[in-house]
Amino acid sequence: MVAKTLYDKLFDSHVVHEENGTALIYIDRHLVHEVTSPQAFEGLKLANRKVWRVNSILAVPDHNVPTTNRSKGVAGIADPISRLQVQTLDENCAEHGVTEFKMNDMRQGIVHVIGPEQGATLPGMTVVCGDSHTSTHGAFGALAHGIGTSEVEHVMATQCLVQKKSKTLQVLVEGQLGNGVTAKDIALAIIGKIGTAGGNGYAIEFAGSAIRALSMEGRMTLCNMAIEAGARAGMVAVDDTTIDYVRGRPFSPKGQDWDKAVEYWKTLHSDEGAKFDTVVTLSAQDIQPQVTWGTSPEMVVGVDGKVPSLDLAKNEVQRSDWERAYAYMGLTPNTPIDEINIDKVFIGSCTNSRIEDLRAAAAVAKGKHIAPNIKLALVVPGSGLVKAQAELEGLDKIFIDAGFEWREPGCSMCLAMNADRLEPGERCASTSNRNFEGRQGQGGRTHLVSPEMAAAAAVAGHFVDVRLI
Amino acid sequence: MQAFMQLNGLVAPLDRANVDTDAIIPKQFLKSIKRAGFGPNAFDEWRYLDHGEPGMDNSKRPLNRDFVLNQARYQGASVLLTRENFGCGSSREHAPWALEDFGFRVVIASSFADIFFNNCFKNGMLPIVLSAEVVESLFQEVEVDIGYKLNVNLAAQTVTTPTGKVYPFEVDNVRKHNLLNGLDDIGLTMQQQDKIKAFEVKHKQAQPWLFV
Repeated sequence: MVAKTLYDKLFDSHVVHEENGTALIYIDRHLVHEVTSPQAFEGLKLANRKVWRVNSILAVPDHNVPTTNRSKGVAGIADPISRLQVQTLDENCAEHGVTEFKMNDMRQGIVHVIGPEQGATLPGMTVVCGDSHTSTHGAFGALAHGIGTSEVEHVMATQCLVQKKSKTLQVLVEGQLGNGVTAKDIALAIIGKIGTAGGNGYAIEFAGSAIRALSMEGRMTLCNMAIEAGARAGMVAVDDTTIDYVRGRPFSPKGQDWDKAVEYWKTLHSDEGAKFDTVVTLSAQDIQPQVTWGTSPEMVVGVDGKVPSLDLAKNEVQRSDWERAYAYMGLTPNTPIDEINIDKVFIGSCTNSRIEDLRAAAAVAKGKHIAPNIKLALVVPGSGLVKAQAELEGLDKIFIDAGFEWREPGCSMCLAMNADRLEPGERCASTSNRNFEGRQGQGGRTHLVSPEMAAAAAVAGHFVDVRLI
Repeated sequence: MQAFMQLNGLVAPLDRANVDTDAIIPKQFLKSIKRAGFGPNAFDEWRYLDHGEPGMDNSKRPLNRDFVLNQARYQGASVLLTRENFGCGSSREHAPWALEDFGFRVVIASSFADIFFNNCFKNGMLPIVLSAEVVESLFQEVEVDIGYKLNVNLAAQTVTTPTGKVYPFEVDNVRKHNLLNGLDDIGLTMQQQDKIKAFEVKHKQAQPWLFV
């Protein structure tokens, strides 16, 4: 038998039909949020089509929801355009009978946090969502990727997606991570190495001893950022860590189904000798806590590094990219990273808002206080359940005592569609995933870091090596 | 979907690599529940000097005269020429909607981000990959030639310059067929519904937990 990669196994087991190298693949789970779905629901209505399999869909509002007082419910959303978008999701879900965790449901949260939390993301599934960070769900040995709104409508109407097979890229990370070095740092180090286009056309499988040692939260952080390396899908093979995480969750299989599922899930790994189109290797020991300095996630260095000078650019195109980035970020080449002062801190997003992330940040902030130059430090849990768990552990109190604001769950300042945003020129240490121009607010300057590094920066008022405090 | 066959279009050069979809259409405009009307806010933060919000009268906003798409010579452009990894980042289909609404039907770059590339084909737009060298030479030609147009022929899979240089490009056969004929993907997939149903039965037997 031909040795298969995990990607091959997942793709091949979902092919409904194949013609001229283009396949129709069956979608097991469709996650939906308010921003990329209204036009899809409208399209269905205009064409008089029905949803093919309603119980494959789980919907939640996350991008537009306020992270402050929600006592007035959806009607209390101050921005009328945001309110209409959330209301439209509620109406569409009610009309089609789609399961939705509404804004004030305890289970509401960021779509990529609640899928796994509920067991709605399972190993072996094909998972799609009209959101590029759907790659997160690949952490479970699932084939998961973001799609556009036309495809959201296509999946709603047909339960299928038209796909061509991707090439495969194996990213091997061997060895043991140093103290204070996290899955976020692995992700940024990989992107620093292969670039934001390095994964274009590929599905990435993350493997090696450093990946095996990661918790599910860590694996989700890593797969989440596969898209920042240009790959639509990132994945990790199933092992006991995966199965232990999935056990007992609301949507997870029960009884005999559970045993049968586990038996199948244990086959979800690349076979011995399976061939990848490309292999990239990193040594875990060499990875430092990472800080992005520019306007693309590939503009990243270790915390002990400096803003790179132009002579290090690989070509003319990169030189002009860097020159624009220096100007936008208000930085000069050769500035040591730990001399960069910050104005705001954001701990949250589908990359880093899970319980483990909050625990790690709280451990750094405990007994300390944010620096006087920090105007705002936000902690935005990934879901209502993460928030409740954190409160049970007293993490909220640690953050509040340290001067952070403890907010309601949502995407918040990762993309600033709600009221949480940077003002022009403000500099932010952020645990999110994109440092593009204007991403966190027009003129805002984003530096991507791990939760530990964000908390350390909040306390110091500038970037600082979390291993030294 | 609107069909795409052939176009002889004015070219606008956007000389940047890694242009992300947040830049193409900033997040505040994603609050709309419509598919149309994003054109006036395409590249909003680069194009205007003030901060844009939905509902503003864009015709009264101060333009950034330095931004290439604001220059008189590129008004009416339907071909966008740009650099590598165009459309990276967010999956928002609002990005091709905005470009299309602005007037672009063709985007030429040395590479594209996967999701953006895919989204273009759903909206009657043609993304074309040409080598970095060819893209560089096109940038040089556009620069010196006011009114520079390219002739794009999807059936022949060629881009032809005003001086008659012909650059062939690759396009997936299925996508080409659908684009040439303006075919709706959903309608085509619905023709396979018996196969989908049969797959579903088999899949449910093997993994019943997926269907609860």
